[in-house]
Amino acid sequence: MSTYTENIQQIAQRLLKECRVEMVIGFRKGSMPLMNEPCVITQPEAVNQLVWDSNCGINLTHYLTNRKEKIGIVAKGCDSRNIVTHITENKIQREQLVIIGVPCLGMIDRRKINAMVEGDIQSVSETDDAVTVATRNGEQTFAKMDVLQQNCAVCVHRNPVIHDEMVADPVPEQNGVDQYADVAAIEAMTPDARWRFFDELLAPCIRCYACRNACPLCYCPTCFVDESKPQWVGKSQDPMDVRTFHFLRAYHCAGRCTDCGACERACPVGINMRLLTKKLNKDCLDLYGWEAGLSPDARPALDVYKANDPEDFIK
Amino acid sequence: MKNLLEHMGIEPDRLHFSWISSAESTKFVSVVREITAKVKALGPNERFVKKEAKVA
Ligand code: SF4
Ligand code: SF4
Repeated sequence: MSTYTENIQQIAQRLLKECRVEMVIGFRKGSMPLMNEPCVITQPEAVNQLVWDSNCGINLTHYLTNRKEKIGIVAKGCDSRNIVTHITENKIQREQLVIIGVPCLGMIDRRKINAMVEGDIQSVSETDDAVTVATRNGEQTFAKMDVLQQNCAVCVHRNPVIHDEMVADPVPEQNGVDQYADVAAIEAMTPDARWRFFDELLAPCIRCYACRNACPLCYCPTCFVDESKPQWVGKSQDPMDVRTFHFLRAYHCAGRCTDCGACERACPVGINMRLLTKKLNKDCLDLYGWEAGLSPDARPALDVYKANDPEDFIK
Repeated sequence: MKNLLEHMGIEPDRLHFSWISSAESTKFVSVVREITAKVKALGPNERFVKKEAKVA
């Protein structure tokens, strides 16, 4: 992965110099360790800002919505699937894009690391399979496998599904991972236990909507949660309002979510709201054989009717 | 939608869907009978109900 940064910079420079794009969207070092930030590069001289490491978990597709320019965009596996979804939903045209594909080995979950080290993290370095963090008290090294975001640990689409350039050869896809073990565990509970489980899961939610804002699927000019005429969902901290918000947010992502993890990553109180979107992903796969964003030519599961669509829920 | 509601803990017998033509009066009666029986067996709904507005 050490060559990724250099290759991204070279590709970006070439695209900008040849005027094939007006801007390149990628990552630069963040002001805090473990948090790189999105950046837009418009000058070939500025490409040395671009970086790549395992702290690029934000989904850059978000910045493509309704853009009119020609854009180069750095995309890992999940991002590329969200780009496909954007193309399918007419939020960007394929011709506008030069997709710089990044074969991905997973992103680091900063919360896992923070929980294991004492004191503030001052710097971070990584190799292909290890992460070393330095604090005032010294250095600690972790196997990267142990500190991956949960969605990355079970990811089966690490290589970009569409790309015009690639920064490296494809990485092997993970076989035999149980993608939906967490959802299956909830399905196995009684309705009472499930109700309590989500009560507890969602109790800390402060309704900041960071999860919605981080998600590339949430691009409506006015979100249902912000509307007041009509008011679709109560705006209070009442557990029922919170639950209704989460239920509807998840449902708006049905058949579109790529489990990129941007929502969970953004949550200031660490709620795993992916347990709702993942349930819908699992249902889409089980019922319709559908996974979001794999091909710009396929129509989404909730967009097509097939004579053999399951209808057991209708009496 | 039914699946996600049940995932969140709504009882499977609480929510029902049916497709009944205006000509299918007997089906309508039997579906309503079945639903009423199932929902009665569950008792009053306690979930997704806002008790009262909280005053901050
Ligand atoms: S709902 Fe979360 S995991 Fe799914 S696409 Fe949006 S940000 Fe990514
Ligand atoms: S980001 Fe977290 S706290 Fe904010 S609305 Fe979403 S779940 Fe709630």
